[in-house]
Order: sequence, then C-alpha cells, then structure tokens
Amino acid sequence: MNEAAPREIYGKTLVSLGRQNPDIVVLDADLSPSTMTHYFAREFPQRFFDCGLAEQNMMGIAAGLAASGKIPFASTFAVFASCRCFDQVRICLSQTKLNVKIVATHGGISVGEDGTSHQAIEDLALYCALPGFTVIVPADAVETAAAVKVAAATYGPFYIRLGRPKIPIIYPESYPFTIGKAVTMRRGKDVTIIATGIMVAKALEASNSLAKQGIECRVVNMSTIKPLDEEAIISAASETGAIVVAEEHLAQGGLGSRVAMTSSKERPVPMEFVNLGERYAVSGKSSELLQRYGLTDREIAKAVKKAIERK
Amino acid sequence: MLQANIFNYSLTDLEETARKLRRHVITMITAAGSGHPGGSLSAADIITALYFKVMRHNPKDPQWQDRDRFILSKGHAAPVLYAALAESGYFPVEELKTLRKLDSCLQGHTDRNLTPGVEMSAGSLGMGLSFAIGVALAARLDTKTYRTYVLLGDGECDEGQIWEAALSAAHFKLDNITAIIDRNGIQLTDWTRNVMNLEPLSQKWQAFGWHVIEIDGHDFRQILTALEEAMTIKTRPAVIIAHTTKGKGVSFMENKAAFHGKAPTPEEAERALKELE
Ligand SMILES: Cc1ncc(C[n+]2csc(CCOP(=O)(O)OP(=O)(O)O)c2C)c(N)n1
Repeated sequence: MNEAAPREIYGKTLVSLGRQNPDIVVLDADLSPSTMTHYFAREFPQRFFDCGLAEQNMMGIAAGLAASGKIPFASTFAVFASCRCFDQVRICLSQTKLNVKIVATHGGISVGEDGTSHQAIEDLALYCALPGFTVIVPADAVETAAAVKVAAATYGPFYIRLGRPKIPIIYPESYPFTIGKAVTMRRGKDVTIIATGIMVAKALEASNSLAKQGIECRVVNMSTIKPLDEEAIISAASETGAIVVAEEHLAQGGLGSRVAMTSSKERPVPMEFVNLGERYAVSGKSSELLQRYGLTDREIAKAVKKAIERK
Repeated sequence: MLQANIFNYSLTDLEETARKLRRHVITMITAAGSGHPGGSLSAADIITALYFKVMRHNPKDPQWQDRDRFILSKGHAAPVLYAALAESGYFPVEELKTLRKLDSCLQGHTDRNLTPGVEMSAGSLGMGLSFAIGVALAARLDTKTYRTYVLLGDGECDEGQIWEAALSAAHFKLDNITAIIDRNGIQLTDWTRNVMNLEPLSQKWQAFGWHVIEIDGHDFRQILTALEEAMTIKTRPAVIIAHTTKGKGVSFMENKAAFHGKAPTPEEAERALKELE
C-alpha cells in the first residue's frame, strides 16, 4: 500500500489554496518545517505569520485576521493547539464563530519518541466540547487534502487533527469529502467498526482477517467527529446490532463517547471501545507505541468478537 | 469616504459627553444590579476622545470596511463602551437600561455578534491586543489606512499573553496600532503595586519595541495630543500609558478597589449622579 504523511499533503494543499485565493493567510508558532506550512511561507511570505512560541497570541491574531475578511489557517502541534490556548480558542473562535482553520499536526501517540508531553490525546474532547466547531480527523493523505479544501471554502471555525508519520493511502485521488458524512469503507452485517484517523486502515485490516473467520464487519470512516453523522450510527446500530469504536484518543470525550451518546439515545446496542483508556503513553517508536497501547487491528478484532458475543 | 471623525467635538463638548457617559455607566450598572463601575469611569475620557473626536467611524454602517477599529480588551468596562456607542448612534440610548438583562444585546462583557459597533468579544482578560494585531495585519495586507485602537487595563498586563502580543506587534512593525493602558493603579483586589508590581511599566513597553507616551488620562488636551502623536510614529506600534483614577468622577468610588465590580445602591447612585451633573 502507498503511504504518505497527511501533514506533507496539508502543506502542499495550502500552497494551491493560496494561489487560488489571496485571502488565505497562514500562521504558525515556530514549527513550520514540521507542520509543513513552510511551503506556503516560501511562496507567500507576505501572507505567512510566524508568531513565535506564542500559541495564545497566535489564536488571537488569527481571530483578528478572520474578523477582517481573511481566511487564516493556524498550525502548530496538536498538544499546543488544544491545551495551550483553550481559553483563547473558546472566546475568540468558538463564541465569536470566526472563520479560523486550526490544522494541528503531530496528534496522538503516533508522534512517538517525543513522549507524553507531545502526545495530544485529549484534543478531540476539548474541541468537540466547543459549540460551532467542526472537528475532523482525516484517515489518509487524500482525505486530508480534501478536508482542508472544504474547510477553506466553508465559513466557521475548524479543528483538523493530523498525525506525524506516513500512513497508508486508502482513498483514490477522486474521493469526495463531505463534512459530517461518514463513509462506509466495507459492507457487513454482523457488526460495525466506526473508526477515525489512523484507526480506519487498521479497522480495514481487522475486517479482512475477521472475514476469513466468517465475521462480516461494516467499516465506517467517521472522519468528521463533529458534527457527527448520526444517521450512519443509527443505521449501523439497527442493521448490524453491535458497534466498535476505534480512535487514537483517551477514553473520554472523543469519538467513542460521542457515538455512544447517539446510539444510547436512538438505538442502544452492545458497544466496545478501542482507545487509550485513562492513561498517558511513553516515548518509543510510533509502531511500538501503537502496539503497546493496543491501537492495533488485533485489538479491534478482539473488540469485535466481544461486541458480537453481547448481541 | 470619511476623512475625519463625524462628531469632531470641541473640548467643552468632549467634557460634557464624558460626564454623560459616566452618568450612563452609573444608571446602567445600578439598574442591572451588577457590573464594573470603577474601570468604566476611569476609561470614560479616553473612550469619549476616540469616539467623538478621533476615530473615523460611521454608526449608520458599523461594518464599514475603512473604519478605525476600537477593541475593548478589558471587557468588564463594557458599560462605558455601550454608552459611547449609544450616544454615537449605533443603537438607541434607551437600550442602555437593558444591560445584563435576559435577551439584551448588551451582555455583561462584550459580544461582537450581539452589539452593533462592538468589534470583539471579551471578558477573559489579556486577549484584545492579539486580536488587534490580526486586524492591523489585515489592514496592511489590504493596503487600508484604518487604525486599530485597543484599550488594556493595567491589571490586565499581568497576563502573559499581553507580552506575547507586545513582542509580536513590534516584530511585525505595526505602526497602525495604538494601545492605550488605563493606568488607574488598581486591579480587582487592591493596588497593582501590591498585587503584582508592573513598574517600570513604561520601560517595559519601550524594551519590547514600542513608542511610549505617558499622559494624564483625564486631560482631553493630553489625550488628543497623545493620540495624534501615536499616528505619526513609523515602523513600530505606540502605546499610551494613560494615568487615570479608578472610579473617576464619583468621590466615594475614586481609588476604591471595592467599586471595581460592585453596583452602587440606589442611594449611592443618586449621590453619584448629582456629582456628575
Ligand atoms: C483571565 C481573567 N482572569 C481574571 C478575571 C477576573 N477579573 C475581572 S476584572 C479583573 C481586574 C482587572 O484589572 P484591570 O485590568 O486593572 O482593570 P480596571 O482596573 O481597569 O477595571 C479581574 C481579575 C478575568 N476577567 N479574566
């Protein structure tokens, strides 16, 4: 399978957006070679603002630019984009509904060796709590490019979480992304795996091995965490009778919590969750960490069997 | 396009208007039963000078693209801004008595989506200067000549974000920003020198790359001269440290931290209004 780093594609997509629309401006907090906004900086130095190590200030500046008609993309690592400036984002972006796009890279534990301070695994809970925000975790590079373009063209505050490593490309170039629309990646009648980000490819692997054992999984890519595609959840619950949610996030407040809230209200079914539980991880290689903390196709397969048993 | 302030008041008119805004502040906060009189009264002259003499703005077209922008970073002083907006004609003066009431467009702290003429939401201190920088950067990108004014509290300068913003406004060479610090010397609990000493404040801003002007923030001549001077500074932002008196104009509120965030009783309000006649 081909691989690509979503942040690399993000950087290149920004450049093409910048060529099409002079109102696109980009802010970064001394991380542009890592977030890949440096491509934009090189081509449009006048429209690129490095705010230095000052994320709170960056969010405020982004708000001011948006209030004056610009379409600011603000990037830094996901830990800083969420935890370091939450009050600024709450007041200046959520409460005002200003048109700022936060694209945070290095999300999740797959960031690897930098360790626990750098592993954003509560960011989805924080951003999903904010009224008016659209929260997206693309599953591959193709979806990243599409989501970034749609965000640029859609008024309102966005949080898009990308990871550091290269990940498998699971979509063809022609894939059309729609905000708030889950994509069924595989049909199945026994259970539905709802996954987001890097866990989508793993859910597909799990469903392949389960198929050999006679278990047919529906696999749904829920790349928009907010607003949630409730219809997809309700039909998964009513048509397959069990749900497994897989995400690179703590147990609370992320996709799992949100899917459970919809399903418990509309159509309660047995559910299992593959996530990081209630713990922070450690330093290590990305692949080692995903293994250690159970973000694997095997864990998804186990959860599927448990969910089916409880039907 | 407007080349000048549409009111262009004389010094006497400015003084009378400031007294009127102060009376509104007392009446509004008393009717609401809560609010922040101290920091509204200290900022009344600065805000009067901006809205009725200096800024190019059009109350009939609050979104006019070339308007000068005023951002109230110390959002708890909303009553005095609302009073200035109402007296300018952004909304009827009668609205003022709805302050803080359910369904009023006049929220306890500013909300840019609810009040005509309010540029930015505030209430969590320390954020306004960053927003102003974004507005000023947009002006530069669009080659617009509007000016961005931002009013900060001195206690507010305890916030780290103010200094992040101070660094970056100078770094970006934003000579289209004028920051004004309402240096009334008191924050919520006590004198700033007791809570968190800011001095030497002027040297701090200078060291951060700003042009600093210090004035008596209740003397219109000095306010206007300082605002003029700020406009002539090139390649760096300007900050006016306006020495003011918290609670200015009401003897029993002056220099009293107790009236930072407390509404006057109806009897106190009556006395205050008499003093402000
Ligand atoms: C981030 C934040 N912390 C605390 C408060 C509560 N608070 C409201 S006003 C104030 C004191 C502000 O002092 P200053 O900036 O000097 O305002 P002024 O004296 O001009 O009213 C405090 C602590 C707040 N609004 N925001």
